Amino acid sequence: MYKEICNKYAPTKDNLIYILHDIQDTHPQHYISEEAVEVVSEYLKVPANHIFGVLTFYSMYSTKPRGTNIIRLCESPPCYIKGSDNILRKLKTMLSVNVGETTKDGAFTLELAACLGVCGNAPVMMVNDDVYGDLTEEKIEEIIGKIRGGN
Amino acid sequence: MKYFRSHILIGINETSLNSGVNAFIQALRQELAKNDLQEEINVLETGPLGFFGKGICLTVYPENTNYENVKIDDLPELVSDHFLKGRPLKRLMLDASGKFDPKFNYEHRIVLRNSGIIDPESIEEYLGTGGYEAWEKALLQMQPMEIVEEVKASGLRGRGGAGFPAGLKWSFTAPLEAEQKYVVVNADEGEPGTFKDRLIMEGDPHQLLEGIMICARAIGATKAWIYIRGEYKLCINRLNLAIKQCHEFGILGTNIFDSGFDLDIEIKVGAGAYVCGEETALIESLEGNRGNPRWKPPFPGIKGLWQCPTVVNNVETLANVPYIIKNGSGEFKKYGTPECTGTKVFTILGDVAHPGLCEIDMGTTLRTIINEYAGGMKKGFKFKAALVGGAAGVILPDKMLDVKMDFASLNQYAAVLGSGAILVMNEHQSIVDMLWSILRFFRHESCGKCSPCRIGTQHLYALISKIRKGEGTIEEVELMLTTAETMQQTSFCALGQSPIMAIRSALENFKDEFIEITKK
Ligand SMILES: Cc1cc2nc3c(=O)[nH]c(=O)nc-3n(C[C@H](O)[C@H](O)[C@H](O)COP(=O)(O)O)c2cc1C
Ligand code: SF4
Ligand code: FES
Repeated sequence: MYKEICNKYAPTKDNLIYILHDIQDTHPQHYISEEAVEVVSEYLKVPANHIFGVLTFYSMYSTKPRGTNIIRLCESPPCYIKGSDNILRKLKTMLSVNVGETTKDGAFTLELAACLGVCGNAPVMMVNDDVYGDLTEEKIEEIIGKIRGGN
Repeated sequence: MKYFRSHILIGINETSLNSGVNAFIQALRQELAKNDLQEEINVLETGPLGFFGKGICLTVYPENTNYENVKIDDLPELVSDHFLKGRPLKRLMLDASGKFDPKFNYEHRIVLRNSGIIDPESIEEYLGTGGYEAWEKALLQMQPMEIVEEVKASGLRGRGGAGFPAGLKWSFTAPLEAEQKYVVVNADEGEPGTFKDRLIMEGDPHQLLEGIMICARAIGATKAWIYIRGEYKLCINRLNLAIKQCHEFGILGTNIFDSGFDLDIEIKVGAGAYVCGEETALIESLEGNRGNPRWKPPFPGIKGLWQCPTVVNNVETLANVPYIIKNGSGEFKKYGTPECTGTKVFTILGDVAHPGLCEIDMGTTLRTIINEYAGGMKKGFKFKAALVGGAAGVILPDKMLDVKMDFASLNQYAAVLGSGAILVMNEHQSIVDMLWSILRFFRHESCGKCSPCRIGTQHLYALISKIRKGEGTIEEVELMLTTAETMQQTSFCALGQSPIMAIRSALENFKDEFIEITKK
């Protein structure tokens, strides 16, 4: 399956970032495994250590399995002064996880992010590709509840 | 053409999409049809409207009434009151007191002139506003060096932060003989508090493409890349669509307008690293590497992407170019100040009445921006300070409210305009907390290539955390300053040279707060 993803792109190194995005997005656990790295390394003729270097450099990639839904809460100054810390506390207690961890049922992974570019609605978080702004503790309950219900 | 009595403009952006704007539009159309208004009232999906409200926002023309947080349940009342009875629905208006007039925002618009007015997904609408006339002129009537000279004469300075003159940058690359040259658009927008480039791309993607084309022709590049952050999904979709439309219309591709000139534009998506906004790190990332900056010189203009001459410009910089080429540099220079011509898009956040964006003349004072464009402070709050330019910016106190917001004026105060983000703080907010948050950001974003920044950002964060807890000493406050100074002198790239800005301005203007907390 990793090979099929690779085949969609020309085997040049500049496509590495794209291929990694694609692999991660299509994996149900949103991560890039060692096995995937081997396949990409073979395909692009780029050493595996280069790929690991890239993987660990960018914040959007993960080398560890993650939940179905990835929560990325913005902690940059504009969101911080609008109370992102309270939102973080709420998320931690509601999901019983710390930052970087995944809930027992595998539904959510909690992460922190730098400015997501939606600061007009601070505090802001993304769940997968969806943006949620003007967050309050009540809103968090509603959002998490809705996603849980939909699954 | 159909004649409509009113137009309802609906802002489609990340926030409204999240509030279910698509279902909303369907319901609105049904409601209009139910009242037999579908031939009279036009519903237009567009980009940013120029103000920030909660949820789904609408502007109704020609009245210029702004509504916010409109829900499907509100539609029967809204349609009946506003469109049948002709009286605006006060309850949902953006500012019921009527004091704030976002129309004001539209006065001096160059890069946002079409935003919130045309449908950004339609090339026909862009063409209808005179779009791609500048491209045709640049391609068929102007020599490359003439374009460079015109942009030089306009005084346009880079809008990505540093303010380097765009025409001058192009003039280094244009005369070089090379097999391949590139234009790279910096759409990585990562400076906290900044989202102007997103709004420019969401609201009018074709204008950016036209700017890229003109730049490519000026320097002789046949390929351009837009490096855009992965989170900006709507921008990515709209730009891809716009590029496709250009190919269909023969505006991009081979032998464009029979001129013999070829050009293609491609989008590359980033993967989340602030430092990739630095132009050489961005180039590394485009090549498929870790985003570690390169040594300069050679500058990208001489040796950039795959060692080819490459012009890197910010989104807003390039979005100004079609206007300059179409109307001439003289028209452009009517805006702004003599040293900093044109307009600037600012994003205003924090405790103001109307957070949002405005495009105004370079050199407008901070006071005017806050009072007139953002509707003043939020009710019940007093101004304490503004963080200008994001994390790499400075903290300005109230005695600086009359400083002019342009590159040259701010430089006189050892401050920076940066990306144009303005974060307003009220009198209850703590500068120590703010600095803590800024230094946490730098600690996280240091790329680790050079030791002054890799170690320095850790050290600064440890110091401010201790001080913030009330466990620090005044010597440690001073140590932050000297550490940041050392970093400024020895760091490899501008990221490590930046924390000094916030630290120095915080200590110069709010030293009391630091003294107080160390006495605890
Ligand atoms: C750490 C760092 C982050 C930067 N981030 C951005 C950015 O997000 N967008 C941008 O246009 N320029 C950014 N820059 C500035 C670029 O290096 C470069 O100067 C700019 O893209 C040039 O375009 P301009 O002359 O049109 O402004 C950043 C610089 C540094 C040092
Ligand atoms: S100053 Fe910081 S971001 Fe720049 S190269 Fe050094 S470690 Fe990397
Ligand atoms: S600061 Fe949080 S989205 Fe920009």
